[in-house]
Amino acid sequence: MAENTQTKRKKRFTKDQWTAIAFLIPSIILILVFVYGFIGWTGYVSLSNWNTLVPDFSFAGLKNYIYLFNDFRFQADLRNTLFFTILFIGFVIILGMGLAILIDQKLKGESIFRNIFLFPMALSFIVTGVVWQWLLNPSTGFNQFLSMFGIEPKWYTDTNILAGFEWGSIEFGLPVAIIAVVIAAVWQMTGFSLAMYLAGLRGIPDELREAARMDGASEFQVYRKVVLPMLLPITMSVIIIMAHISLKIFDLIYAMTGSGANFVTDVPGVYMFETTFRGNYYANGAAIAIIMLLLVAVFIVPYLWNSRKGDN
Amino acid sequence: MKKLYGFLLLFVLALVLAACSSDSSGDGGDSDSGDGESADKKVEIFSWWTGAGEEDGLLALIDLFEKKHPDIKIENAAVAGGAGTNAKAVLATRMQGDDPPSTFQVHGGDELNEGWVAAGKMEPLNDFYEENGWMDKFPEELIDLVSKDGEIYSVPVDIHRGNVMFYNMKVFEENGIEVPKTFDEFFTAADKLQAAGIKPLALGDKEAWTATQIFENVLLGVLGPDDYKKLFEGEIGFDDARVKEAAEKFSKMLDYINDDHASRNWQDSAQLVADGEAAMINMGDWAKGYFSNDLNLETNKDFGYFEFPSTDGEFVVITDTFGLPKGIENPDDVKEFLKVLGSVEGQDAFNPLKGSIPARVDADKSKYDKYGQETMEDFKGARLVPSLAHGSAASEGFLTKVNQAVNIFVTQRDIDNFIKALQNAAPEM
Repeated sequence: MAENTQTKRKKRFTKDQWTAIAFLIPSIILILVFVYGFIGWTGYVSLSNWNTLVPDFSFAGLKNYIYLFNDFRFQADLRNTLFFTILFIGFVIILGMGLAILIDQKLKGESIFRNIFLFPMALSFIVTGVVWQWLLNPSTGFNQFLSMFGIEPKWYTDTNILAGFEWGSIEFGLPVAIIAVVIAAVWQMTGFSLAMYLAGLRGIPDELREAARMDGASEFQVYRKVVLPMLLPITMSVIIIMAHISLKIFDLIYAMTGSGANFVTDVPGVYMFETTFRGNYYANGAAIAIIMLLLVAVFIVPYLWNSRKGDN
Repeated sequence: MKKLYGFLLLFVLALVLAACSSDSSGDGGDSDSGDGESADKKVEIFSWWTGAGEEDGLLALIDLFEKKHPDIKIENAAVAGGAGTNAKAVLATRMQGDDPPSTFQVHGGDELNEGWVAAGKMEPLNDFYEENGWMDKFPEELIDLVSKDGEIYSVPVDIHRGNVMFYNMKVFEENGIEVPKTFDEFFTAADKLQAAGIKPLALGDKEAWTATQIFENVLLGVLGPDDYKKLFEGEIGFDDARVKEAAEKFSKMLDYINDDHASRNWQDSAQLVADGEAAMINMGDWAKGYFSNDLNLETNKDFGYFEFPSTDGEFVVITDTFGLPKGIENPDDVKEFLKVLGSVEGQDAFNPLKGSIPARVDADKSKYDKYGQETMEDFKGARLVPSLAHGSAASEGFLTKVNQAVNIFVTQRDIDNFIKALQNAAPEM
C-alpha cells in the first residue's frame, strides 16, 4: 500500500493523463467514425449521382444542390424554416423571459408555476404534434369554441402567404399555416427558456438592483438598464439552442401537419426523409442534409468561436 | 494501482470484444435469416403487414405453411409504420448490404421491376411457375405486371382495386342521385349535392397519394387502359392533349372536396362519408374493410360502391407480391413458402382476413363476402392496369415527384405548371 502511494505520487500527473486518454480513446474513435466520418460520407454522397436504389458514386459536381435550389419544394422549405425560426425564437425568448420575471417576484407557490411551465418539455415533439394537430384542427379543437364568436381560423390548413411576393418559383412571405406549428413548438419549449432565464435572474446580485434603485431608477428602468443587459449571455444561449432545434425540426412537423397543402408547413428535414426513403433520391437527400448542417453551423460556429475566446 | 490497470485493460478489451462480437452477431443474425450454418431451416418473411386484418392474414398463412412443413421455421420480420415506408427503408439498407431477407413484400409493377429486378437482385421464377402449373392460374396481365423482359420475378398473393368510389347510400337516396357512370354524370350529381349542402367528394390528402390516386383514375378514365399504360411506358408524352384534359377534370373534381382536406388522412376522410357529411370518396378497396370492420357499417345498406367514372370494366391493380432475392442460402425452402403463397389454399387463408381478393382466378368464392365475390368476378373479365399512386405504374422516384406536383396542384390549380412538372419528372419513370 505504502509502495503504491509512493509510485502514485511520483508519476501522478502522467498516470492520470494516461487514464484519461485511455478512457477517452474509445469515444474519440467512435465519434470520429460515426459523426465526422459519416458527415464526410454524406458530403461525398451529395456530390454523386446516387439517385436510384442502386448506388452510383460517379461524380456529379453540384448537380444535386443546383436542383434543390431550383426546386419549388426546397425553396418553400427554406422560406418556412426562416419564418418558423424567427417566430419560434422570438416568442420563446419573450414569453420565457416574461414568465421568468413574473415568477421571480417572490410570489407564493413559485415552484408550482415553474413546474407547470416546465412540464411540456418532458413530452416528445411527437406527442406535442399529435395533440396540437387535434387542438388546431379546423373542424374540431379550438375552432368549436372560437366559432361561437364567429372566428374560424384555418390554422395549419391555411394556404395563404402573408405579404407574399413572387420570388424564385415560390411566393415569399409568412405562410399562415406555419403559425400553428409555431404555437405548438413555443408551448413546448417556453419552459426551457423560462428555466434558463430564471437561473439567470437568480444569478444577478440583489445589490446591483438595490444600487440602481438607490440611484432613483424606477422598477421599469431597473429591468431595462440592469437586468436585461445582465441577461444577454442567457439570451445568446437560448437563441443558439432554439435555433438548432428549429433548423433541424422534423418530428413535430411530421406528426402534426406533414408537408401541408402546397408545402406551406414543409421543412428540409421532412423533405430529406421523403426524398431519400420514398423516392430513393439518396444524393438529393444527402445534399439537403449538408445544407441543413451548414445552416446550423452558421449559428453554432460563431458561438463556439466566441466561447473559446472567452475561455482564453 | 496494478489493479486499476488490469481493470482498465479488461474494460478496453471488453469494449473491443463487444464491438467485434456485435459485428459478428450482426452477421450471424442476418445470415440466420438466410439460414447460414444453423441446422434448422428458416425462412424470413419481410413485410409491412402489422395492421389489424393484414397481420391476421399473414399469421394464418404462416400457420398453414408450418403445418405443411414442420421442419422449416418461419421468421416474421414485419416492420411497422408509414404505410410501408419504414419497411422499404429497412429493406433498401439490407439489400444494399447484400443481406436480403428470404422473401419480401413488394408491389407488383415498377416497384419490383424497375427497383429490385433492375438492380439485379432478384431470381427469375419462370421454371417455378411452369412446375406449379401457374401460368394460366393468374391473369395474363397480372403476370405481365410481375415480369420484366419475359422473366417472371414474383408471386402475387392479393389484389386490391384502386378505381372504386364508395358512397353514402342514404345521402344518395335522399337527394335522388343515381350512381354516376361518366364524368358528366359525376359533375351533375356533384352540383346537386353541393346545392343540398353536402360535400360531394371527401379527400384527406395529408399524405399526397390520396390525391394522386384520384388523378390516376381520371387519367385512366380519359385515356382508356391501353393509352394509360403507354403513358407510363413513355410512349405517350405528358404534353398529350388528353393529359391536359385529365388535369382539367381533376381540377374540377377538386372543386367539390372538403376544405380541411389537408388535415385529414384517408381514414378521416372516409369518416366524412360514413357520417353523411360528404357523399363520395375515391379510395382503394381497403376502405371497404374500414367501413365494415372499423365503423360497423353495412355493405350495400349504409355504404355502396361503384367504379370510378368512365373506368367501367377496368381494374386498377394494387398487388402485393413476394419474390426470390439473389444470394440467399436456402432458395429451395423459400420456394416451398412461395408455393404455399401461390396456392389456392394459401390465398384463401390470407385474403378473406386481409379484406383483399386472391390473385388467382380459381380461388374458392364462398370464402369471401359479397363485395369480394363481385370484385373477383370483375377481376376475371376486366382490363388490368397498374396503379401509379401505389408504385406499380412507375418508379418510386417518379411517384415521389408526382406526389409533390399533385400537392402543389391541389392548391394552385395551375394546369400548365402541373403538366410541366410531370414532364420534368418523366425521365425518372
